[in-house]
Amino acid sequence: MNEAASPERLVVDRETRPHLPTYLKLRFDAGRDRWVLLAPERVLTPDQTAVAVLKLCDGKRTVQEIVEALAKDYSAPADVIRADVIDLLQGLADKGYIKG
Amino acid sequence: MSEELKGNGHCQSVIVDDEPTEGVAGSATATLCARAPVGLLAELTHRCPLQCSYCSNPIELERVNRELSTEMWVSVMKQAGAMGILQVHLSGGEPTARKDLEDIVSAASESGLYSNLITAAVTLNRARLEDLAKRDLDHVQISFQDVDAENAERIGAYPGATAKKLDVARWVTELGLPLTVNAPIHRHNIHNVGRYIDLAVKLGAQRLEVAHVQYYGWAYLNRAALIPTYEQTIQSIELVERERERLKGVLTIDMVVPDYYAKRPKPCMGGWGKGFMNITPAGKVLPCHAAETIKTLQFDNVQDRPLLDIWLNSQAFNAFRGTEWMKEPCRSCAFKEIDFGGCRCQAMAITADAANTDPACALSPYHGEMVALARAEAAKPPTPFIYRNPRNAVEAAKTGQRPLVPAE
Repeated sequence: MNEAASPERLVVDRETRPHLPTYLKLRFDAGRDRWVLLAPERVLTPDQTAVAVLKLCDGKRTVQEIVEALAKDYSAPADVIRADVIDLLQGLADKGYIKG
Repeated sequence: MSEELKGNGHCQSVIVDDEPTEGVAGSATATLCARAPVGLLAELTHRCPLQCSYCSNPIELERVNRELSTEMWVSVMKQAGAMGILQVHLSGGEPTARKDLEDIVSAASESGLYSNLITAAVTLNRARLEDLAKRDLDHVQISFQDVDAENAERIGAYPGATAKKLDVARWVTELGLPLTVNAPIHRHNIHNVGRYIDLAVKLGAQRLEVAHVQYYGWAYLNRAALIPTYEQTIQSIELVERERERLKGVLTIDMVVPDYYAKRPKPCMGGWGKGFMNITPAGKVLPCHAAETIKTLQFDNVQDRPLLDIWLNSQAFNAFRGTEWMKEPCRSCAFKEIDFGGCRCQAMAITADAANTDPACALSPYHGEMVALARAEAAKPPTPFIYRNPRNAVEAAKTGQRPLVPAE
């Protein structure tokens, strides 16, 4: 599959099954003691929430399923989490860092 | 700073650009650079099949027999990974001119570095690209001298270049690698910025770099041949800003803006010795690609000292680190931690003192003259190109350009 070429903007909603394109590298940087997301000529610094979301973006789970998993793990209301997750994923999709 | 680099609540972003003057910039720079630099520009060779007059390489090109060995570049990649560098730009000259590029790419990926190949692509075949992809090359950037083939080939002095570049660009996306189209912008192609955007979308590029020429090295020598007018410059910037919004989620457009017409200087390299280092084909370690134009600096070589030692202790890196070295008007300026007084090499070239405020800053006493010079050059017909090649290097070293005298 050619993930580098995507002609249309992905609009993230509950049914989207997000995944990181192969050329994005989510790595733990031991020297800096933090996660980094490496992209073409970019380094992103996801916080704990973003890392938790990104690890669930396997192309199989829907956004709704990701939200439910997080709601359970963090004992927080799904509605609040959903808005935050969609906002985060849409931001990344608009930079070409999340595919659906 | 673009909207993107402000980041959102959960994920901030930093540019680690190969464009020498951009360096490392963005909201998370301080977090990432507190311990170690983030980006490394490895200029593997100065050999290049193209002869572009806007090249940022120094006039004095390094000879083949002075180039670092394979073992030394492999060691550099290992040292870079170990000290915390995250991305390496494999550049030149033309990096594929080195037959051992495969070994260097393997060493980069084994060292945990995100690798970017910055290529002219005219001498790259499909089998070699596939091999590089198998070795976990992460990203390919291809320069296009113009969207019109004939003009592109005049600018790069390489017949048949465009067809070859288009082939390689297709292979890159077919192999699932992300592609950046690099568009070096000047008066001979500035009218085509919109068509560059169309080309990048058509090729399935993830990213387009609209890189207005920065006047260092060969580009400085060729400034009167290259500099666009103020009006053309502003129009191209406005076009990019509109297109960015339209192509959100389809194409990332990064723009390096020309600073001769600016009021505030660029935060060159994101700060001297802060997040970025550059290694020349012969192994000299520089804070930026043009630093050798500052004759008072002493550079160390990776063949003599460990990379981390050079980063921490080299005279060249410490010369303009932080803000202590600054003179007025930088010293008391509210923006000194934001733009770091601009570019040291530009201050050197235009004012003959690298510690002066970058003349791109409106507070510099040289600013008015620099803008007037740019406007005057752009208003005249372009001078003929002095193509970047060894013969012209010898000629150019004899003449050079004199710095300005300050305004009264």
